[in-house]
Amino acid sequence: MSTKKNILPGFNLSLGYTILYLSLIVLIPLSAAFIKTTELSLNEFWEVVTAPRVVASYKLTFGASLIGALINAVFGLLTAWVLVRYKFPGKKILDALVDLPFALPTAVAGITLATLYSAHGWIGAWLEPHGIKVASTPLGVIVALTFIGLPFVVRTVQPVLEDLEAETEEAAASLGANRWQTFSKIVFPAIWPALLTGFSLAFARAIGEYGSVIFIAGNIPFVSEITPLIIYIKLDEHEYAQATAVAVVMLVISFLLLFAINGLQWWLNRRHTTSH
Amino acid sequence: MSINTATNTLTQSQYSNYNNKVAISRATSEPALVRRLFISIVVLFLGIFLILPLLAVFTEALRHGFATYFAAISDPNALSAMKLTLIAALIAVPLNVVFGVSAAWAIAKFEFKGKSILITLIDLPFAVSPVIAGLIYILIFGMQGWFGSYLFDHDIKVIFAIPGIVLATIFVTFPFVARELIPLMQAQGKDEEEAGLVLGASGWQILWRITFPNIKWGLLYGVILTNARAMGEFGAVSAVSGHIIGMTNTMPLHVEILYADHQLAAAFAVASLLALLAIVTLILKTFVEWRVAQNAISNESI
Repeated sequence: MSTKKNILPGFNLSLGYTILYLSLIVLIPLSAAFIKTTELSLNEFWEVVTAPRVVASYKLTFGASLIGALINAVFGLLTAWVLVRYKFPGKKILDALVDLPFALPTAVAGITLATLYSAHGWIGAWLEPHGIKVASTPLGVIVALTFIGLPFVVRTVQPVLEDLEAETEEAAASLGANRWQTFSKIVFPAIWPALLTGFSLAFARAIGEYGSVIFIAGNIPFVSEITPLIIYIKLDEHEYAQATAVAVVMLVISFLLLFAINGLQWWLNRRHTTSH
Repeated sequence: MSINTATNTLTQSQYSNYNNKVAISRATSEPALVRRLFISIVVLFLGIFLILPLLAVFTEALRHGFATYFAAISDPNALSAMKLTLIAALIAVPLNVVFGVSAAWAIAKFEFKGKSILITLIDLPFAVSPVIAGLIYILIFGMQGWFGSYLFDHDIKVIFAIPGIVLATIFVTFPFVARELIPLMQAQGKDEEEAGLVLGASGWQILWRITFPNIKWGLLYGVILTNARAMGEFGAVSAVSGHIIGMTNTMPLHVEILYADHQLAAAFAVASLLALLAIVTLILKTFVEWRVAQNAISNESI
């Protein structure tokens, strides 16, 4: 295949346009962020990105993103399992609704969650008498980030579960394995890479999330202020170099995550194709 | 316990009836109690996280009746926000479609060095926080940015104006079409295009007559996703817009302003239009997936 000469036209045009457009829209603007930070000395940069209020925001952003992604790993796996394996009324609608967090604008999700979990909201009014406060607390950030990451685990695990062949499970059962043994020894090894991919995608998405969080979070410094909001506030104050410094820290972490996820998927594809 | 002896005494239909019942509780499924428990947990989880918020949007929007609702969505500022949202989507979606087709053509039909790096770079906007997407355009086109003084001298406004909003929208929706088309076109290979070429078709004819009909559903899917994100983008647009009411306000920004102004019913009225857009997006998406599955079945039967 690869040694055969490719006769199709348009390679130079399509690749050239792809690289040009990518550079103009993505690469050059992103490089502006890295160039802008050179206006700060190393000491100034360090001071900005390790200021106590900023560090508190990293802890909240990464902690809440991690918890949200973990919640989604557990419930997303269960959701994928139920949607693939069982029949029940309303299943098709639930299946379609799983993508709602992709499709619903984040500002709409934000004001809706803030209203639902406020002291007078449908859920908040029920939780507050039990001493659970969600709005304007880190818990509110976790709720928003769980919502935003919900589709990822379901949509990465679902196709793998669908492709799983019944024969291996039947063989395990006929050899005397109980249901739990079949799941932990046969099913889980097949789906964990997809589960990990979905988890990482939900985590990566949550780190950068802004619109759905800021309304429910109440944005109290040191308590419920996420890092993207810190950048936004510094932008509003025209502290561009400082805003960019914090942005660069987030960009580097996000890019490392993206490369890890793409590496994971590349490895999975290779494993998938060589095993067949 | 032996099924064989049972069949001797049962009719065929009774047996298949019995067999069906047995099949449900066979060794490769869970006990009925566990199944019911799992389904209940999932319904509860999705109910709290998806169905309740969706219901809440429309309940809050109609809290003060239809008159308030229609007053909120026909307010001149709401209308100008809708117009700007449409303009941004109408520019961003076609540009990203052209890019997506072009990138997928190069990546799916040709082998070249650095392909996997290119695919990762196309994904970059997924990994960038929307606020940072806004920030980088301010660094370039803002007053203190690279082209700030040039743009100021020539009286061109990008930041706090429509071009900035369009750019931010293009950035956040950048990968969607390409991401849909690349795996699809890779799976389809290039045999049909090569056949067209041998039969004398030009490059554009191949694209129009062979490639487009093959990728139309995937392309539609990408357009739907791009459009939903383009119309709903908040963080990036918020950073570059300057929130000038009636001028640089998109629908999501208008929702924020009304909400901050404690006009809850009006905020949710405009939000309900965006929620309707999301519902339409989900319906179209389900339809496209159904069509793709139908096509796959009919292809297999040939």
